[in-house]
Amino acid sequence: MAEDPLLTVEDLRVDFETATGVVQAVRGASFQVGREKLGIVGESGSGKSVTGRAILGLVPPPGKVEAKRLEFEGTDLLSADHRQMREIRGRRISMVMQDPKFSLNPVMKVGHQIAEAYRTHAQVAAGEAKRRTIEMLAAVRIRDPERVYEAYPHEVSGGMGQRIMIAMMLIPDPDLLIADEPTSALDVTVQLQILAILDDLVSERGMGLIFISHDLNLVASFCDRVLIMYAGQVMEVLDARDLKRAKHPYSRGLLNCLPRIDGGRGELTVLQRDPAWLEAKR
Amino acid sequence: MTALDGTHRAARLRAWLIADSPASAWQAKCGRWYLSWLALRRNPLAFIGLLIIVTLLLTAIFAPWIATSSGIEQNLQARLLPPGLAHWFGTDELGRDIFDRIVYGARITLYIVGLVGIIVVPVGLVMGTVAGYVGGAIDNVLMRITDIFLAFPRLILALAFVSALGPGIENAVLAIALTTWSPYARIARAETITIRDSEYIQAARLQGASALRILYGHIVPLCLSSVIVRLTLDMAGIILTAAGLGFLGLGAQPPLPEWGAMISTGRQFLLDQWWVATIPGIAIFVVSLGFNLLGDGLRDVLDPKSSDR
Amino acid sequence: MIWVHDLKVTFGKGAHTVKAVRGLSFQVAEGDSFGIVGESGSGKSTVLRALAGLNPAWTGQVEIAGRQQAARRDKAFYKLLQMVFQDPYGSLHPRHTIDRILAEPVAIHRLGDADRRIDRVLEEVGLGPGFRFRYPHQLSGGQRQRVAIARALVLEPRILLLDEPTSALDVSVQAEVLNLLARLRQERELTYILVSHNLAVVAHMCERLAVMNHGRLVEELTAEQLRAATPTEPYTRQLLTASLGYDRAAIDQFEDFEATA
Repeated sequence: MAEDPLLTVEDLRVDFETATGVVQAVRGASFQVGREKLGIVGESGSGKSVTGRAILGLVPPPGKVEAKRLEFEGTDLLSADHRQMREIRGRRISMVMQDPKFSLNPVMKVGHQIAEAYRTHAQVAAGEAKRRTIEMLAAVRIRDPERVYEAYPHEVSGGMGQRIMIAMMLIPDPDLLIADEPTSALDVTVQLQILAILDDLVSERGMGLIFISHDLNLVASFCDRVLIMYAGQVMEVLDARDLKRAKHPYSRGLLNCLPRIDGGRGELTVLQRDPAWLEAKR
Repeated sequence: MTALDGTHRAARLRAWLIADSPASAWQAKCGRWYLSWLALRRNPLAFIGLLIIVTLLLTAIFAPWIATSSGIEQNLQARLLPPGLAHWFGTDELGRDIFDRIVYGARITLYIVGLVGIIVVPVGLVMGTVAGYVGGAIDNVLMRITDIFLAFPRLILALAFVSALGPGIENAVLAIALTTWSPYARIARAETITIRDSEYIQAARLQGASALRILYGHIVPLCLSSVIVRLTLDMAGIILTAAGLGFLGLGAQPPLPEWGAMISTGRQFLLDQWWVATIPGIAIFVVSLGFNLLGDGLRDVLDPKSSDR
Repeated sequence: MIWVHDLKVTFGKGAHTVKAVRGLSFQVAEGDSFGIVGESGSGKSTVLRALAGLNPAWTGQVEIAGRQQAARRDKAFYKLLQMVFQDPYGSLHPRHTIDRILAEPVAIHRLGDADRRIDRVLEEVGLGPGFRFRYPHQLSGGQRQRVAIARALVLEPRILLLDEPTSALDVSVQAEVLNLLARLRQERELTYILVSHNLAVVAHMCERLAVMNHGRLVEELTAEQLRAATPTEPYTRQLLTASLGYDRAAIDQFEDFEATA
């Protein structure tokens, strides 16, 4: 990367103390994100979602977050107090989550939620907030932004709900967007349309994007770089176009076990989990 | 050597209970009970509640061994003695030892709550699950019947029944049960409606299971937790209603040592011989508190959301 | 084996009617594996539920194993046809052990010999007898789905309806389950109808497939045709393009194929 990275993560560790012992959700993950699209791929339990939440300080107790470095644009996120984190969250780093059904307030009109989110971070009058909201709704290619402004979350489809989430998260003009499985609940054509919107907005604004997903092919075709996680550790980092030449056996295993439209109908190569992968690196 | 043996056996038992792959249905069930027990133990208030209830149970079972007399014989020489060494809780206006009466009264209390529980839980479950599962007109009819009973204030309806049927414990139990079962039907119906369209119910239908099998084998076990928690929390109210009826002379008849009746007769001596009315009052308070604490703890333990992990 | 003609399924009444399936016709020969692909709202799961008799509100003609089917099915039907659901976390009763889950169909149909049947079917799906007395919450998603498959197989049906059987599973687990399903089909000579939104899964598992959109059959094609990228309908082509991954230029060409009447 030519310029300084937006986010630097070094040796991130997240532990959960449960009744049956300590669960190490993330065990020493290190990576950097610049003004690019970075994909974090992993199966369930790989720690990818927890990583995203740890960056924003949203890991719920009993989770404990530790890292050698967790820096965003010069601010140390680990030692930041509540007030500093609140300023960063939403304003400089935003997060879009999987299901708009669960992340939108069901009893508030959609437009009001977005305007409220905006006014949390910018001191503007209500009228100005509404104008910006409608502008943002149009930017995410909603055809009838005035009508959608007055709609409730249950009145819109899944794809539209996700566009609304994106509008809400991008309206304060953050520098980094973390998207945690933002399209997994959507149909494949809608998925791609949403990603196209994200793509355009991210490039226009020069933002960084962390795209968390379980879909390796999607991430490889959408992102610039890909991080593959397994059992809380980063197995491999590569440029998206080099995915087919991935070296780590886990990455290869993931690639090979996918059914393909142009593949035959023979048995799929099952991923053989090597217990060595569970061992802590370094 | 024997202490070590003991710990070894305890460790083996524990390992058997939390085994990853139980070898029989019995082992699996015991394992589940054990884990629930551990969860309950972790909640100090709930554990206290459990201790209180267990104390109540043991007192009732071992009453003849704990009490020094039958609590019914009168001894007018020893009227209204204050609490002391001879009579731990003092004596009442007929010279009966209050401690013994409390102890035997535990049996009556348990009898009442036990009977009420045995009546309301099955009735509520049947009404609620059938209404929720079948829906339509049957749902309407059953729920309107439930509403009718729900609309009456508990004590008033109990009074009316007891007045009509005559005083006595069994009639009091029936009266209380009649006024208590409605919420259980509502709870069961709400749970049934929630689970009725689950995939595991659909899978059961797909195997050709009859409605009866689905209701009894699939739906009722899931409603049971909510109903039991509700029952435990209701216990306090049931005890108080029974005490209220006893207080009014409509429940247990003299000379039975029912706690509410004891308060009633002790009323007249409240100022000078406070122990006659107050001690049974404290007993009612402690037992109600115990049930409440236990019920709260059970709710956390049995909550389907947490136990489904 | 399965013959469906002009199947229509409608939900709701009056102003709220939803025509979930609008006149679908297809056939599946014995031993075949037939796929139904579609996005959400296409009606594909509704078709399965109507075929299984879970939803009696359908019209049209359905013939299974040579017998015309009425709105409701009788018990004997379920020894012929079984279904595996999508959500491994929802299709097993949370309070029943695996043993109880598998013993139930045996008890309902009074087949007897439950122990042997359960052990055998658990073996077939790759779970040992150690799983027999566990509870569903002690199993992983893939293991639960295997139990769901075992439950479907314990009655020894000839037809299996698979409603997105691997959509909720991790990719590596999906491969195992798909392999299992393929092997079972071969060993037991089963007939499958597999419903999925994932074109790659359907292309891998099925010889023929139907593409549905908004309740209608858009196109029926073979897996070969799909592989050769020669579908004729624009909707199918769009679906195929979308399944291949993110392609910015292609996305701009996407259209909305709205419901037609």
